[in-house]
Formats: sequence, C-alpha cells, structure tokens
Amino acid sequence: MIVTPYQSPLREGPYGFADLLRAEWTKFRTVRGWVIAVLAAALLIAVFALLPTQQGSCNVSACTGPVGPGGEQVSDSFYFVHQPLGGNGSITVRVTSLTGQIQRITNSGGMRAGLVPWAKAGIIITASTRQGSAYAAVMVTGSHGVRMQDDFTQDVAGLPGAVTAAAPRWLRLTRSGDTVTGYDSADGTHWTRVGTATLTGLPATAQVGLFATSPPYLQTSASEASISGGPSAATGVFDHVGLTWHGGAWVGLNVGGGNDGLPAGTLGFSTGAGTFTVTGSGDIAPAVAGGAGIGVTITQTLVGTFAGLIVLAVVGAMFITAEYRRHLFGVTLMASPHRGRVLAAKAVVVGAVTFTAGLAGAAIAVVLGQRVLRGNGAYVYPVSALTQVRVIVGTAAVLAVAAVIALAIGAILRRGVAAVAVVVVVIVLPYLFAVAAPVLPAGPTDWLLRLTPAAALAVQQTLVQYPQVTNTYIPYYGYYPLPPWAGLAVLCAWAALALGLAVFLLRRRDA
Amino acid sequence: MRRAQWAAPALHAEWTKVRTAGGTLWLLLGVIAATVAVGAAVTAATRCPAAGCGHDPARVSLAGVDLGQAVVAVLAVLMISGEYGTGMILLTLTATPRRSTVLVAKAIVLTGLVLVAGTVAVLGSVLAGRLILPGHGFTPAHGYPLLSLADGAYLRAAAGSVLYLALVGLLGLGIATAIRDSAAAIGVVLGVMYLFPVVTATVSNPRWQRHLEQIAPMSAGLAIQATTGLRALPISPWAGIGVLAAWSTGAMLAGGLLLQFRDT
Repeated sequence: MIVTPYQSPLREGPYGFADLLRAEWTKFRTVRGWVIAVLAAALLIAVFALLPTQQGSCNVSACTGPVGPGGEQVSDSFYFVHQPLGGNGSITVRVTSLTGQIQRITNSGGMRAGLVPWAKAGIIITASTRQGSAYAAVMVTGSHGVRMQDDFTQDVAGLPGAVTAAAPRWLRLTRSGDTVTGYDSADGTHWTRVGTATLTGLPATAQVGLFATSPPYLQTSASEASISGGPSAATGVFDHVGLTWHGGAWVGLNVGGGNDGLPAGTLGFSTGAGTFTVTGSGDIAPAVAGGAGIGVTITQTLVGTFAGLIVLAVVGAMFITAEYRRHLFGVTLMASPHRGRVLAAKAVVVGAVTFTAGLAGAAIAVVLGQRVLRGNGAYVYPVSALTQVRVIVGTAAVLAVAAVIALAIGAILRRGVAAVAVVVVVIVLPYLFAVAAPVLPAGPTDWLLRLTPAAALAVQQTLVQYPQVTNTYIPYYGYYPLPPWAGLAVLCAWAALALGLAVFLLRRRDA
Repeated sequence: MRRAQWAAPALHAEWTKVRTAGGTLWLLLGVIAATVAVGAAVTAATRCPAAGCGHDPARVSLAGVDLGQAVVAVLAVLMISGEYGTGMILLTLTATPRRSTVLVAKAIVLTGLVLVAGTVAVLGSVLAGRLILPGHGFTPAHGYPLLSLADGAYLRAAAGSVLYLALVGLLGLGIATAIRDSAAAIGVVLGVMYLFPVVTATVSNPRWQRHLEQIAPMSAGLAIQATTGLRALPISPWAGIGVLAAWSTGAMLAGGLLLQFRDT
C-alpha cells in the first residue's frame, strides 16, 4: 500500500509583507469584540453629532450676514459719503484727524473718548453700496498706520504711525479697468504705491467716496474666561478732496443701516469749507467666530471624536497586548521572524481599519450634525466643501494615528491598560486643559497645542485668524496655534517615535 | 464576628498580592509624581496680575489631580483585571469562595493605598502652591492669603482631593470588576471621567451645561476643590463629591453583582 504523505496546500515561504498583512487582517476581523468596537466607535462619533447641544433662534429669524466676493461671511457696515465714478479715475484726500468714541461698559452707558486699534477712515471704490460688494480701500487706522485693503480678506500695510493735524496722511485710489491702485503720502507731493487690487467684474460705474467705521471694543478678563465689549464709533476729518472727473453731489449713506445701539445722531457726515467730517461704526472685514462673533463651526459636530478615540485606542492596544497575554506572539514571530515587519503589518491593519471607521463616523457627523445644528436654530459658519473634506479626513487620520500609537505603546509596555491610559491622557487631557475647560493662560495653552499629541485636533479647525480683525484668537474659540496639517504632523511625529521605540525594544528583548 | 474572621485572611491575601505585584509601587509613585508635577506646572504658569483676577488658588495648585486620577484608575483596574488576565482569579475565589468578601477586601486595600499616595500627592501640591503662588500675584493685597491647611475652605479642598482620588479608585475597581478586560475597563473609566467635561464645553444652553456639570463624576467631584466663588458653582463642594461617591457606589454594586452571579 502506498501512503501519500500529507502535503500542505499552502505555498512555501518565505512569506512577503502582503502575506503578513493578510495574517494580521485575519486576526483582526475574526475577533468579534474588536470588530464590534470599531463599528461602535464610528457610531459614537456620529451619535454625538446628533445631540441637541446648541440652540439658537436662527430658524425663527434669519441670522445670515452679508457674504463677500470670496464666498466668506463678512462684516460690512460703515458710513459712506459717495458719488458715482463712470470709467477710470482717481480720488485724492488728506486725512487730518481720526478720533473715536467707545460706549461705556457700565450700566449707565454713555460714551467716552477712545479709538479702537482697527478704527478706519479713508477712501474706497466699491462695486455698489450693497453689503458684501467687491471693493478696494486705502485708509488710516487707530493704531496700525495706513492700510490698503480689498475684498475683505486682503490687507497691506502703508505708512506707519498715527494721523494727527501735525502729521496728516494723504491717500489716493486710482481705478483703471478692473485694477485699483492705492497710494499714500505724508506731504501730498511724494507718493508711494501701497498696493494694487484686481476687482473682477467691477462695473463701469462704481461708487467712490470717503468712509469711516469702527469695530466693537473688546476687553478680555485676566483669566480670559469672559469677554466684554461694546460698540464704538470713529470720526475722520478729510480735506483737499481731489477728483480727476467732474464730481457730482456727495451723498451720505449708513451702509448696513444699523447704529449698533449708539446714541442717535452719532453716525453721519458734515461738510463745510472743503472739509468733510465722517463718523461711522461697524467694520469692513471678514466676520469672525468666537468672542467677537456669533454662531458655531462645523467642529462642533465632531465632539464624538473623543469617545471614538478612547474606543479605538483600546482596540489598537489590544491588537498587540492580547497576543502577549494569549502567548500568540511567539507563534506570530515564528511565522515571521522579522519583528519590525510584524509591527509594521499590525500598524497598517489597525491604521487602515480605524481610519475607515473614523472616516465613516466623521462624514456622518459633519453632514448630519450641521443639519441638526441648523434645525435647532444655531448659526453654523459656512465653510467650503474642501474644508469639510479636510476636517473629515483629518479627523479619521487623528483617530488612526492615535490607534497606531496605542499599538506601539502596547508593544513597548506589553500592558493594554497602561497603553490605553497613556494615549487617552496625552490627547484628551491637554485638550481639556487648553481648549474645553482652559485652566492655563494663553501662552502655555498654545505650547500645549504645539507640542503634545493634542496638537492634532487643529486639523478640525475651520476658522481663520485675520490680523486685521480684533478678536480673542484662543483655542477655546476654535483658533489653534498650528495650522491644520502641521498639528496632525505633530501627532505623526509622536507616532513615529513610539513605533521606533517599539521596534527597537521588540528586537532587543525576548518576546 | 464570623464575617470578620472571613475578611481578615482575604484582606491579608489582597495585601500580599498587591504588595508583591511588580507595578504597584511604581503606580503609587506615579500618582504622586503626576499630581505634584502637573499641579506645580499649572501653578507656575498662572499669574494673578490684579485683585479680582478670578483664579481659585486651591483649584490651581491641585490641578494635578486631573492627571493623578488616571494613574489611580490604572492601579484600580489592575487590582482585578490583572487576575482575570492571568487566571489568578480562579485561585482567589477558591481560597475565598464568598465573592463579595474578595471585592470588599480589594476595595479596602486599594482605598488604603490611594489614601496614602493621595495624601502625599496633595501635600506636595499644597507645598508647591504655597511656595510658588505668592510670587505670582496671589498675595493678600490681591485678596489671596497664603495657602494654609488651617484655613477651613482650603483644608476641605486638600482633604477632599484625597477623598476624590480614593473614590475614583473605587469607580475604577467597580467598572473593572464588571468588564474584566483591563484595556476595555480603563477605556470606560477614563471615558466616564474625561468625556463629560469635553461634551459640556460644547453645550450652549447654560441650563443644560449646569445639569451636565452636576451629574459628571469629574466636574461634580472636583467642586470639592473650590474655595472661591462658591455661590456660582453648579453644585456645592460636598454635594459634588457626593455625586462622585454615588457613581463609585453604583460601579461597585454593578461589579459586585456581576461577580456574584456570573461565571468567572
């Protein structure tokens, strides 16, 4: 009788990295608890977004403000003394004074003298007097010298220093087609070009004139927990108004129409003997969220990230510590003696799985969460589709990298409990200290969000800091010290460090 | 009497296990180091430039408890999950068949250890605060007398923080007894502690925010550290620590019942 020796259907080694990946994937998907946990993490991220955390009245009365040419939310309120300009032309003025008033914060109200840093008075060429129109302006400011600004987000510095009767500022705007060029001068003879703006689609007849405006006054308490403020007004005095065309009558208009609760008669203009005095309130600038703003960002919908993070950190840690506990790791290493590659395969599998779960959870959270917020009447700052994609993908990446760090620390410490505790503490605690319930002043808070793994949460921010808008740009209001991808890079650096140490220790010590 | 006779060997056994386990001493030192280091760092970063700066010197100097509690939770989880991991639990329950006795013995040993480490940690934090705060504007001129345990409110904050750590330990032990797996148990414990404040921060309705702070184990429990602005607190210090005690009791009961009626 001939006995055929048993032949394994498996092919002979050596096994490549793809086989290793398949082995690790098989291990992962056959542990029911892990699969359930990953699904639960995605669900948690989505469910937190559906909680009615924010209420507002925007579903009763519209909260939307004007939108600028770039599609962003803007503030566009100022006092405008204007006349039409058909075709090309140039306007020149001399500004001899910029003064301001600030409403007292005390209950008695009333006004006191005071100029906010970004109070503005100058000349402007705008497509129309409608809010949010394309414009270019050159102006003197409270404490930032001469500036040329256009289309709300652009800001270029000109002559420094404050304007006084002894040191007046000459300003000039020249339109040529779609191009507007701004100049400034200290004496009216020596001119310097400040900047050039291209206003696409500027109509043949634009509105040109003098303007003044003044954003709200802001005061932050020492602990930065509370912010108080009130409206302000700025008054600019102009003379030597020169036009290169036959000027018509000047018309005064309070663009935006509000008076911010200022005493009646504060806003307006007067003229006599070639001198114009213009008083305005508001701002011509991007609208900002936070202390000086209203509404919430889409980041609000992603609070479940932290719940998902804890669950996925548990999965990541267990993916290796369970092998230690069940003495499977010896078998794993027998099958693939290259220890660094085993850890790499585990990292790829756990990273890919948690990334997918995070992507699904975050996408549902951002899309449905915004509808829930709007349904509850909260005002949600509009952001571009690209930004939404970045927030969703970034959140998934944060979760995946955190799970990989948990895996690496699990390999280093060989204790699941310690690995999970470390990952949760290094990400959630700095976030708690710096963003959610700040206990630290602004300086140390910023360093926490630059150095600790919590820096990665910057990838969820959607707000932009504008130097030309006074605001409390602190993490509490959604302004991180690092740009989105740089924050994620900090977390990746920590992951690389942890993985490197794990590989080093795996090679050195007994399994 | 009979019960005491049962309990004594169980206590002795638990004490021997925890004493000889590798990580215990390191974790206890970790509780002290984490609490004192974070407390001192937060204290060193905080300034009070003028009267009415709104800081609570007790909360500032004891901020390290926020991290120290995580180490206490790890210690608590390992008290029981470690035994499930190695199968030691079978031996423990064979030696002490009355399961509630095992859990109570573990709770007593854990509480004793946490009280000792917590006291050292809190005293270290108080000392750091006493040394650093006066130089950072926390002076009598700004309305802040020198930190002293003779001050009733400050003594409550300090002793309460030790009690807080002990209660976090029991919460961790209860949850770990119910869940058994160490990694999952620590995830649940830290989630219960840290997620409430994160979620609370995103709630706009002040009434709901207050309710969340009243029921969250960390936010309510840490009300015990408040020495200024007591009227504005969402929950009074002792009621707050009571909320945490209720969470710990609930977790211990759940863990105890599951241990009693479930197969190991």
